[in-house]
Amino acid sequence: MPHDHDHDHDHDEHRHEGMSASGHPYRADQDAPLTHWQRMEIAVRELLAEKGVATPAEIAAQIERMDARSPALGARVVARAWTDPAFRALLLADGSAACRAEGIEVDALKLVAVENDAQAHNVIVCTLCSCYPRTLLGLPPDWYKSRAYRTRLVREPRRVLAEFGLTLPDAVTVRVHDSTADMRYLVVPRRPEGTEGWGAARLASIVTRDCMIGVAVPHI
Amino acid sequence: MAETPPPAVAPPAVALPAAPPPYPDPAAPPPRFAPGAVVRVRRGAAPGHIRTPWYLRGRLGRVERVCGWFANPEELAYRRPGLPRRALYRVRFSMAELWGEGSRDTVDAEIFEHWLEAADAPRP
Amino acid sequence: MDQEREPGRGWHDMGGAAFAGAVDPASHDYALWEKRVDALMVLCTAKGLFTVDGLRRAIEDLGPGAFESMSYYERWIASVARNLIEAGVFTVEELNARMEAIGARGATYGAASLARGDG
Repeated sequence: MPHDHDHDHDHDEHRHEGMSASGHPYRADQDAPLTHWQRMEIAVRELLAEKGVATPAEIAAQIERMDARSPALGARVVARAWTDPAFRALLLADGSAACRAEGIEVDALKLVAVENDAQAHNVIVCTLCSCYPRTLLGLPPDWYKSRAYRTRLVREPRRVLAEFGLTLPDAVTVRVHDSTADMRYLVVPRRPEGTEGWGAARLASIVTRDCMIGVAVPHI
Repeated sequence: MAETPPPAVAPPAVALPAAPPPYPDPAAPPPRFAPGAVVRVRRGAAPGHIRTPWYLRGRLGRVERVCGWFANPEELAYRRPGLPRRALYRVRFSMAELWGEGSRDTVDAEIFEHWLEAADAPRP
Repeated sequence: MDQEREPGRGWHDMGGAAFAGAVDPASHDYALWEKRVDALMVLCTAKGLFTVDGLRRAIEDLGPGAFESMSYYERWIASVARNLIEAGVFTVEELNARMEAIGARGATYGAASLARGDG
């Protein structure tokens, strides 16, 4: 029976086995007391395997696929849009097509890229659940799913942004995007001054997940 | 709700390229509303799986774009196909309309056609 | 707006509802069991057993207490299980029996899930 890969607890690109002093694989969550919901997860997983619906190998492969997605992918897309006007135009017209053009497989994601400029700053929320462009950026942070964020961003976005350390002048319009249906949103931040001549990797390095949600802007 | 000043509708959206929506359904009728149209979100308090947020119900907004045609999530949630597909719109609302505030900030949300009516339709 | 005084407003429909307090910027790395729940959802929806709309609907049907009393992936597995029962993939009886058996394997997640050597 195939083994699931050990998963380290940080989101590094590479995973490594955590070994205890005795030489056995160690995972912190493996030693925690079993909860009702974990029992349910194990039960569902085993029943699906026994009924030929989803094999352990498929589940392990899907976990790897999801782990391979991270804000670094979105940052590549943004960095390219900053330097390639034709790509930027494609990104704004059809975000998913642009991701594929950048070699990123985004499955059924229907991505809408919204661009910050001198007049407007965009920020994303899903007030109804926690929809997020996960097939591009990976899993969302807890705060994005919190009651505080979901209730307040559509009501007082500037106060929420200020809590994240971002204060915008009155002359800039804040555009909040509530992902209520099939679209998912990616904020394309403004390219900062002082990045002229930077290569793609260096530009991508300043585009954080929070910039692409819209609660931060890139800094050099 | 207390009397509020006349609702402030978000300013017209930036002119968009005249391209067809990205997610068409050739079998569907044309969209009822065009970008720039002023629309009102219907009210309604029925139970079920509804993707029209409470804070937008009864509010005036302006169509920013037609997103395409999609199966109805209200039906999909109960194992039904949700067909025929319905038009989905990105609608822009001003903070003034939603909360009675003076800022020019906006909220965009995707609303299905059956939750929208023309702005001059009589209020229930 | 007070969700409790607005019949017809789902508990999950939070936009603009009253809330006092800052956004807590902390986040946690996902545990293996949570990643497994996520994977189960993606695989089962890809296989057409239920839809993400059904996932959301069953979460909403958990009721208002679920947001405070359950974590995000606890709500997900509760919903996935319900959706799979609705789809006829397994019965309540089968799920019950398996959950009981798992509980008997050991007191930790590791013991309960490793007992059959599935890593």
